Amino acid sequence: MKTITNMKNSFRIAFVIVASIVMVSCFDSSKPNYQYMPNMYKPVSYETYGEYEIFPGGLEAMLPAEGTIPRGWQPYDYPNTTEGLNLAKAELINPLMVTDKSLANGKQLYDIYCALCHGVNGDGQGILVQREKILGIPSYADPGRLITPGGIYHVQMYGLNSMGSYASQTNELERWQIAQHVMNLKATLEGTPLLAPQSTVPTETVNMDTASGNAVAEH
Amino acid sequence: MYFCAVIFGTKWCVSIDTKSNQLRAKLMDNNITDRMEKVHYRNLPSTLSFLWLALVLTFSVSQTTLATTVVLPAQAVDTAAGEALFKANCAACHKLYKKATGPALFQVGDKYSKEWLYKWIVNSQDLVKSGDAQAVAVFEANNGAVMTAFPQLSTADIDNILAYTYTPQKAPTVPTADVTAVPTTGGGLSNDIILVALALVFLLLVIMLFLVNRTLRHIAEANGVVVEETEKRTPIWKAFIQNQFLVLVAAIFLLLSGAYFAYGWMMQVGVDQGYAPVQPIHYSHRIHAGSNQIDCNYCHSSARRSKHSGIPSLNVCMNCHKSIAEVAPETLAEGQEFGVDYNNEIKKLYTAVGWDEASQAYTGKTEPVKWVRIHNLPDFVYFNHSQHVTVAGQQCQTCHGPVQEMEIMSQFAPLTMGWCITCHRETNVQVEDNAYYDKIHEELSKKYGVDKLTAAQMGGLECGKCHY
Repeated sequence: MKTITNMKNSFRIAFVIVASIVMVSCFDSSKPNYQYMPNMYKPVSYETYGEYEIFPGGLEAMLPAEGTIPRGWQPYDYPNTTEGLNLAKAELINPLMVTDKSLANGKQLYDIYCALCHGVNGDGQGILVQREKILGIPSYADPGRLITPGGIYHVQMYGLNSMGSYASQTNELERWQIAQHVMNLKATLEGTPLLAPQSTVPTETVNMDTASGNAVAEH
Repeated sequence: MYFCAVIFGTKWCVSIDTKSNQLRAKLMDNNITDRMEKVHYRNLPSTLSFLWLALVLTFSVSQTTLATTVVLPAQAVDTAAGEALFKANCAACHKLYKKATGPALFQVGDKYSKEWLYKWIVNSQDLVKSGDAQAVAVFEANNGAVMTAFPQLSTADIDNILAYTYTPQKAPTVPTADVTAVPTTGGGLSNDIILVALALVFLLLVIMLFLVNRTLRHIAEANGVVVEETEKRTPIWKAFIQNQFLVLVAAIFLLLSGAYFAYGWMMQVGVDQGYAPVQPIHYSHRIHAGSNQIDCNYCHSSARRSKHSGIPSLNVCMNCHKSIAEVAPETLAEGQEFGVDYNNEIKKLYTAVGWDEASQAYTGKTEPVKWVRIHNLPDFVYFNHSQHVTVAGQQCQTCHGPVQEMEIMSQFAPLTMGWCITCHRETNVQVEDNAYYDKIHEELSKKYGVDKLTAAQMGGLECGKCHY
């Protein structure tokens, strides 16, 4: 009789232990937690990147309608061809005035987007090249390469050969700022004079949307 | 034969009688030694044989050495120079065994004459314009992609490069990956075996102890020895109920701890800290942001200038993965640790974005990738990435944790209101070089009598800043 009650007790204890372990360990990291009042958490409107039947393919993230120009953008007329590139190299000029601010921004953006391959100094020795992930990145000072601000802008816009387009990651102002920095890097490598900041006139004089460049100062 | 061991403070000896194939367990206790000697314990031999098996297994696992010495054929010096030149100048567009932007260059010297190649490499466009039939054919076969002129390459350089293009393709990387993988998995396996064997040994010891105890009782019974039963006592729960003070204390304790746990449980509802869903394409932040040091803003470029830190569209992946169709063997081996074939994940990307590897062109047939969103604030909260990233200059890691170490992305911060407010109370606003803040900083620092203003003092705790 005695042993039986003991057995029962130990079963109870075991049950409590197992139950508490189950309760503690049941958090499943692959599923989101439950919420109080989910209708306050979830938006009524369509959410960015959401999947809704009304959109073609269910994708909320759509391209802008054909022929429209996003705010802060300007139409770019040079075609994505070799002729377009040569034309841009020849006649497209940087509308941006060289200022300390634009050069600093250009450097910052260059270090984010370009330096991985082209190297912080523009010598084609970025980290991906050093780790032999991507090879054959030329130095900006290579002879046989005609590098002009217009060409830099064109290549950022459309990409060239293995290089992809950076139009989705940068806006017009930023691409011109990067172009200024690249020209400076090239000049440094070749030992020619750098672009000097022309004046303290802010870049806003150029007809370009700078709201995105200045981020959200209004907050 | 005697084997002795000390188990639970008692010295146990096992004697094996080889002739009768019987085994005696002997308790080296002064009092009962003589009783023990009489008994033949019949159940143990089979059990013990397992024990032996386990022991033998444990110690017989020997490390197999797989040292293979690969003797490379002596390389001509010019091939090495050619390799360096190839990697520096050609590899952006050409691979040896596979078409890239330009054609595969393996044994290209057999296809064209050397003289023609010199001219082509130094300035291909001049050759095309001069109307050379072969040049025009090559130019058009590659969709009119213009090959950069290389006037800096001498004919000797080009010879070196051509010598390099005859490097035969290394044996498929799978065996090499296996050679590196076998010792590690072998080591892991033997460790597992040792652990399992040890567990087995302990289990067997416990069973043995139990059996010996039972046998002893049987012997005692058979020999008429009365084993002292513990005297009957009041059950502990009865004694507990009888003590009212103890009941009161226990009740208070239970209520308090219950309240504590209930509070904890209720506070975690709606908090997704640690949420790490399985994504449709296994993307390793560890490799991209950690090993390759790609800036967060490279892919999440809209964090700089908009409310959302966007999920990169697949063209951003293709900026690099147009060139990187497969990972290095060592990276592949790393992936095996996580049970992921990285090359297969790149294939998934190509399918989604509609990139045909063979022709190096987009097919136009795309399919959306259904990424699972991890960080999600409730709809009644306003949060702006650019305000924190660009204006405040916060590191992404402040809120998202050491993402560069995460193989599988998970939510680092609780993203609760208390968490936001703590940070706003502790973080100083970067007002230097920001003319926008000049006036308000002057006024507020006078009002609070401080040099540096926290986000909270700038109004970062006002309800309407985030809830409207």
